[in-house]
Amino acid sequence: MKPVVEVENLSKLYRLGAIGASSLRETVERVFGKKKQVAPAQFTKDKPIADDRRGPEPNSFWALKDVSFSIQPGEVVGILGRNGAGKSTLLKILSRITEPTSGRATLRGRVVSLLEVGTGFHPELTGRENIFLNGAIMGMKRTEIAAKFDEIVEFAEVGKFLDTPVKRYSSGMYVRLAFAVAAHLEPEILLIDEVLAVGDAGFQKKCLGKMDEVATKHGRTVFFVSHNMGAVRSLCEHAILFEGGRLVMTGNPGDVISRYLSATSPQDSDVEGQIIWNGKDAPTSHDLKLRSIRLLNGLGVPQTTFESDKPITVEVEYEVLERIRGARFCLLLLTQEGEVAFSATDHMFQQETQNPGVYKTACLLPGGLLNRRQYIVHLQCDIPGERYVLPAAEYLSFTVSGIGNQSSTFPEPWPGVVCPRVSWKVEELKS
Amino acid sequence: MAEIAAKPPQNFEILIQPSRGWLNIPWAEIWEYRDLLLVLVQRDFISRYKQTILGPLWHLLQPVITAAVFVVVFGGIAGIPTDGIPKLLFYLCGLLGWSYFSQNITNGGATFINNAHLFGKVYFPRLIVPISVIVSNLIAFALQLIPFVICLIFYKFFTHQGGSIAFTWRLLLAPLPLLHVAVLSFGVSLWMSASTAKYRDLIHLNQYIIQIWMFATPIFYPLSQVSKKLTWAIWANPLSVPIESFRICLLGHGTLGASEIVISVATSILLTATGLIAFQRVERTVVDSV
Repeated sequence: MKPVVEVENLSKLYRLGAIGASSLRETVERVFGKKKQVAPAQFTKDKPIADDRRGPEPNSFWALKDVSFSIQPGEVVGILGRNGAGKSTLLKILSRITEPTSGRATLRGRVVSLLEVGTGFHPELTGRENIFLNGAIMGMKRTEIAAKFDEIVEFAEVGKFLDTPVKRYSSGMYVRLAFAVAAHLEPEILLIDEVLAVGDAGFQKKCLGKMDEVATKHGRTVFFVSHNMGAVRSLCEHAILFEGGRLVMTGNPGDVISRYLSATSPQDSDVEGQIIWNGKDAPTSHDLKLRSIRLLNGLGVPQTTFESDKPITVEVEYEVLERIRGARFCLLLLTQEGEVAFSATDHMFQQETQNPGVYKTACLLPGGLLNRRQYIVHLQCDIPGERYVLPAAEYLSFTVSGIGNQSSTFPEPWPGVVCPRVSWKVEELKS
Repeated sequence: MAEIAAKPPQNFEILIQPSRGWLNIPWAEIWEYRDLLLVLVQRDFISRYKQTILGPLWHLLQPVITAAVFVVVFGGIAGIPTDGIPKLLFYLCGLLGWSYFSQNITNGGATFINNAHLFGKVYFPRLIVPISVIVSNLIAFALQLIPFVICLIFYKFFTHQGGSIAFTWRLLLAPLPLLHVAVLSFGVSLWMSASTAKYRDLIHLNQYIIQIWMFATPIFYPLSQVSKKLTWAIWANPLSVPIESFRICLLGHGTLGASEIVISVATSILLTATGLIAFQRVERTVVDSV
């Protein structure tokens, strides 16, 4: 069978700084040769462009470089990589939103991308009208939409509000409707980027189920970009890992995930054990934006290796952009295999409405809790039962060394995802 | 689940690669997306009047209000004669073509900026958007005809000025200037869309272009009132011919030579052809910058 997606040497060059949309004055100056030397542009997280990504002109870089792969019909492919690794650029090219700089891709079938659900929804139009609008934007014929209409409405669970303008919908309803339209398009190729970051847990489950059904029952191909390792592990048959615009690994999800997670981490910041965002690449939604995540020792100094009997503070600084109510942060510690060691939330302390401003939430992990191994910090922010504010994502990893731990007495790995300090009492019983 | 959706042809293939060439308009694809065109037209029409009491009635009121202002300002205060045609009728006729033109370029002149969000998320032939603007304003044009026709009938048959209005066979040619305005405004909005996507400064400039354009077009003055020295300036404006043609067709009044028509039509076609090229150049990678 011919592969449904064939990508050959695909590359995409971006210009930095005043990308394209320059002012008239700049062009005039450039034309008349008066343009001053531009200061070197800053790449994400204020790092200069890595050598191998630098493009032919100053201020340009390869968002994708010589990427080749092919996908068979019916495969569900997970795409992994850090922010800026080229995942989204790939999806944008495959969905024909932007053109590649060189190389080519052949798609055998209709492509639908869910780069963000609800694309083209018009707030003034009713749910019914938006189903037709959204479907048409995605390339559906009117008759096709009409044929699927009841199914879409049922899936979205918005029956009663069909003739209400969507601007009066709750964000949950909005997302459900949007996903429902997209899920019923029946394209040969479906591109999904973090779409499951929204909606409540029940609906997420439904979406995952639908995705699975789309792939297995109808033999469609699904590209799935996510930071949620659990979903990638359970849904995908293959995974592709991007690093710095290049495809570095393809294989079964388990292998690719462990490679991704071992590569994930401190290399991206100057000081190990923290990520500080100061640019527009910070994880953000319309109402909340992360500023930094730090792993601090007892003295408040960020680091990545902790002794097992010493406390660790996971500190998250964030900015509330719009009044928000009832949001909570959930911290999950994962092992490298993707198992959840445990989870914790600041829910109890976040019942109130938060006005725009800068906030900090910190979780103190007491000493004598963790085992001698590597942990991945997984963080998400949501409003329980309503929606996700920030999608779940893995951010940092740290290592717990065995000093002072009961397991440290032995050289071999100590089983268990955690190793809490427990008390033992040994006594001799009189017989 | 029932398999209702039409299956795409077996050898359906999309090839993605850097595009070459000056101009390759995906006509077949635009036709494939005709349903989207209809939905966009519907969206524009519905959303514009949601939550207004008068709704589409505004289309009827707008030209009447503007013409009434013209009667007071240009007819009354400035005292510009209208070649013996009743002033209200003269202005309404001039506004027919002008409103259609100015609405087209106002709504369609910033395609990339207004749809940045949409274009950044999903692919469809981008030309659908400016085309949908031209089509949906056609509905507004049709509604605008109503007060004009009422006025026309009133002046022709119920006033002593009726004699100044002549119904001739040219009435049948009225769709031609409309087509001309559509093509011209399409070309201008393509140019404006392409240039504003690249240079934001031009958004502000465009407002002035529209204002100046109105004064440079014989809307509230007849060509007979323009001094010989300035006539060239009026004819340099490709919109003058269709506006004057409307008057010739509908009121039987006006002056127009063959050479002016040829030049204006040629200019309009040239603007549209080059506009398509400019639009397509920007379209390829605009998402990377807006």
